[in-house]
Amino acid sequence: MSELPVPYRVIGRRDETPDTVTLRIEPAGEALGPFAPGQFAMVYAFGRGEIPVSVSALLPGGHLAHTVRRVGAVSQGLCAARPGSILGLRGPYGTGWDLGQALGQDVLVVAGGIGLAPLRPLIHAALADRKAYGRISVLIGARTPDDLIFKTESLLWPTAYTGVTVDRPDRGWTGEEGLVTRLIDRARFDPAGTTAYLCGPEPMIGATARELVHRGVPAARVRVSLERNMRCATGHCGHCQLGPLLLCRDGAVVGWDQAEPLMAVREL
Amino acid sequence: MNTPQRALPKLAVVKLASCDGCQLTLLNCEDELLALAGQVEIAHFLEASSVVRPGPYDLTLVEGSVTTADDALRIRRIRAESRHLVTIGACATAGGIQALRNFADVDEFRRTVYARPDYIDTLATSTPVSAHVDVDFELRGCPIDRGQLLEVITAYLAGRKPDIPDHSVCFDCKRRRTVCVTVAHGTPCLGPVTHAGCGAICPAYGRGCYGCFGPGRSANLPALIPLLRRDGMDEAAVERFLRTFNAAAFDEAAFDEEPRS
Amino acid sequence: MAVTKHGEGTSRGKATARTEATARTEATAVIDRAGLDALIKTLTADGRTVIGPTVRDGAVTLAELDSADALPWGWGTELDAGHYRLVRRTDGAGFAHSSGPQSWKTFLHPQREKLWSAERGPDGALTVRDERGEQPSYAFLGVRPCDLRAIAIQDRVLAGGRFADDGYQERRRGALLIAAECTEPGATCFCVSMQGGPAADAGFDLALTEVISDLGHRFFVRVGSEEGARLLAAVPHEVADMDTEARARGGVSLARDRMGRAMPPVDLRTLLGASPESERWDDLASRCLTCGNCTMVCPTCFCTTTEEVTDLTGDHAERWQRWDSCFDLDFSYVHGGAVRTSARSRHRQWLTHKLSTWHDQFGSSGCVGCGRCVTWCPVGIDLTQEVAALAAEREGADDE
Repeated sequence: MSELPVPYRVIGRRDETPDTVTLRIEPAGEALGPFAPGQFAMVYAFGRGEIPVSVSALLPGGHLAHTVRRVGAVSQGLCAARPGSILGLRGPYGTGWDLGQALGQDVLVVAGGIGLAPLRPLIHAALADRKAYGRISVLIGARTPDDLIFKTESLLWPTAYTGVTVDRPDRGWTGEEGLVTRLIDRARFDPAGTTAYLCGPEPMIGATARELVHRGVPAARVRVSLERNMRCATGHCGHCQLGPLLLCRDGAVVGWDQAEPLMAVREL
Repeated sequence: MNTPQRALPKLAVVKLASCDGCQLTLLNCEDELLALAGQVEIAHFLEASSVVRPGPYDLTLVEGSVTTADDALRIRRIRAESRHLVTIGACATAGGIQALRNFADVDEFRRTVYARPDYIDTLATSTPVSAHVDVDFELRGCPIDRGQLLEVITAYLAGRKPDIPDHSVCFDCKRRRTVCVTVAHGTPCLGPVTHAGCGAICPAYGRGCYGCFGPGRSANLPALIPLLRRDGMDEAAVERFLRTFNAAAFDEAAFDEEPRS
Repeated sequence: MAVTKHGEGTSRGKATARTEATARTEATAVIDRAGLDALIKTLTADGRTVIGPTVRDGAVTLAELDSADALPWGWGTELDAGHYRLVRRTDGAGFAHSSGPQSWKTFLHPQREKLWSAERGPDGALTVRDERGEQPSYAFLGVRPCDLRAIAIQDRVLAGGRFADDGYQERRRGALLIAAECTEPGATCFCVSMQGGPAADAGFDLALTEVISDLGHRFFVRVGSEEGARLLAAVPHEVADMDTEARARGGVSLARDRMGRAMPPVDLRTLLGASPESERWDDLASRCLTCGNCTMVCPTCFCTTTEEVTDLTGDHAERWQRWDSCFDLDFSYVHGGAVRTSARSRHRQWLTHKLSTWHDQFGSSGCVGCGRCVTWCPVGIDLTQEVAALAAEREGADDE
C-alpha cells in the first residue's frame, strides 16, 4: 500500500438509526476523485485506523457522504465525528456498480439494512437520467423499523415502485413484513431486460439473486456487492481474496454469475 | 480528547493469586510511566502506592488466578466496578503454574503439607478470570511483555482494538530471522502452538519455546506431540514440557477434539 | 498519489531490456574466487548493500556480506520434509546449498515497514507524512533461478498492477541481481515440474555457475544486462574457455534430472480450482499446525496487514505494514468473526491461491518449486504429496 490519506472535513452529520451515522465531508485540501457509484474510500479515523466505506452520496463540489454503522473501533471513531472533525481518505477504489450496463433496461435495486447506503448514489444517478432507463424499482429490507436508513428521502424518490419491508415490526409499523424477496412480486420489471443491483447481508444477496435468476434475469445482470477483510485496497495485502477475486480490485461489485459458485463454497 | 480540563480515565491494577511479576512489568515501563501518569489517573495500584481511590474504573488490569472462594467473589466486585477489564499474565488468563493443582488431589496436599490443614481455605482448582466474569481482553505471557502492555493501555486510551496478534511464535522467529530450532537442529519447541508476544526470545538463543504465552486460538497440539517424541522426549517429558505456566490451557488444547473452529 | 499504469511495472521493463541484451550479446567470462571477492568489494564501493548466503546458527542464511570469505565455502545441505542439516563438502563449493530459511523478500518486501505518520494539531487538523524514506540500494549475490522467478512474481503482484507498493518498487529498481545457477538441487526441490529449472533464464544482471575441477575453483559468468557488463569489466576476469563453459552448462543440465521432488504432471490450476470440497483437506488439517511457517519462508507469499501505532499523548499516530499470513485466524476477520475459521479452509486458501487462483489474479502460478515450504514445515507437510493426493482423489471421482 502506498497511497497516503488526504484530509477531508466533516461538514454535516445525521443519525440515521441508533447505530448508523451519515457524514457529509468536503476536501480540506486537494480532493480525491472522482468517485463512481459503488466505489469506496479507505476512511481513516485518527489513531484508530482505516476501514473501507462506500460513498453514500456524490455531492457537488467534490463533497461526499459516507454512511457508517458502529461495529468496531474505527467505525465507532467515525460515528463520533462532528462537524469540523477531520478524517483521512484514500480512494476511489473498486469497480463500482456500473450503471452503464443498465442503459435502456429496467433497473431493480434491492437493499438489506445498511446495504442501501452504497446503492444510494446509483439510485440518484439513475433518477437524474430517467430517460436512459426503463422502470426503476427500489426494494428495501431491514431487521426492524429502527434499522431503516434514508427513510424520508426514499419516500420521495420518483421511482416506478419503492417498497419497504421489515423482519421484525414494532407496534407502530403498518408496512410490509418479512424478507425483502417478498417485494419482488410488487415491482414491475421485464426480467429479460432488467439489470439488478444488490447489497446487504450475504444470505439476503443469495436469496434475492437466486429468485431473480429464477424469474429470468440474466445472472451477469444481477450485480452484487461482496465483503471481505480489507487492509490496503490497492491489491497488495491479500486480505480481500474471494477465490480468484481480489475484491478491492475486481469487486466489490461483481456479477452473480461470478459470485454464485464462490458463495457456494463454505469458508472461502 | 487532549484538553487539560477533562477528567482523566481511571486506571486500577489489582491482583489475585500471582507472583506480582506482571504488575512489575508496568512499573518497569520507566520511560513511559511519566507520560502514562499524565494521561490516566492511577487510582488503584498497591504495588506503586498505598493510596486507593474508589471506583468505578475505566480500565482495570487484573493479575492472578482465582484459587479461593473469596477471590471468586472479589473478581465479581471488580468486574462490576470496571468499564474495561483486561487480564494480564498466564495466571489471570490460564490459571498459571498454580493450576497444576487441577491435575492433583488438593485435599491430599493440604493434609501432607500443612500442620493445621483446617487453616487452609482454598478451591480445588486454579482458574482464569474469564471462567468467572466477562473479560474485555486477555494479555498473555509469564511474564507479560512490556511493549504489549503499553499497546493495550494506549489502545484503550485511543479507543482502538489492541494490536496483539494471535499467531504462532514461528511468525516472530521468521520475522527476526531466527533459524528454526526444530527443523535445523531437532530441538523440541512449542513455538508452532504457542501464542506469539514475547518476540520469540528462546529460539533466538537456540532453545525451544516452552510456551509461556500459552496455546494460540488455533493451536493444533495433537499434531505437534509426535514431533516432540521424535526429538527425544518420552511421554513423561512431554507432559512436563506442557505443564508449566499455562498447564491448564495446554491440557485443554491437547485433549480438545474440536480445537480449530 | 503513486499510480503505476499497466505495463509500467519496474520488473517487466527491466526484464525485457535484459532479455534483449542477452540475446544480442550473451557475453561470457570466467572469474575465480578472488574475482568474486573483487565483485563484492566493487559493489560495496559503489554504495550498495551486498546480501548473500552465509552460515549462521546451523543454516545457510542471507545476510550482508563484506567479503567473499563469508560465503558458505565447503557447506552443503541435507534436506527433507521438515528437516534441514548443514553437511560438510570436500570440494569447498560455495553455492552447493539449497532452500535456506529466508528468501530475498526479506529485503525487497521486509517484514515490517513504516508507511506514513499522522499528526493531529490542536485545531484537529490532520497532517499525513510519507515515511518510506530513501531505500537501500541492494546487490543480491547468489540468487537461485527459482528465486529469480519468485522475484519476477512479486514484481507483478506488488508493482505490476494499477497501484504499486512504492517501497517495494524503489528497492526493486535499485537492486542488482547476481544469480547462482543450480548444480546441486536439494531433496525438496521441484522447480523443473513447475516449468522452471536450474538455469537462470531471465531477470539477472550477472549469472554465475560454479565449476570445480583439476583446473581450479572458478565461476562461469553470463552477462544479463548493461549494468552487469559494467560490473564484470571492473573486476579481474578472463575470457570463458571451452572447458569451463562446457562443465558449467553440463552441470546445470545434469541438475535438471536430479530434482528431489516433482509436482504431479497435471494441470494444477484446474485441479486446485476443482477441489474445494476434497476430503484431503480434512486429512491435511489434522496434520497442519497452522503455524504459518510455509507462508513466511515462501519467496512469493506477499500478504501484509497494517498496524496503527499511537503514543500515549494520542496526538501522533503511525501506520506500519507487516507480514501477515492466511493461516492466521484474524486474517479473514470481518465484523462478526473470521470467514475461514477451520484449519481446513485456511490451508485450502493457501494452496489453492498459490497454485490456482494466483493465475486469475496475477497471470501466473504463485509457486516456483523452491521447496522451502516443504523443508521448513515443522511437521513436514509436502505440497507435492498433497497435490498428488488431491489429483488421485479427483481421478477416483472421475472414474466413478
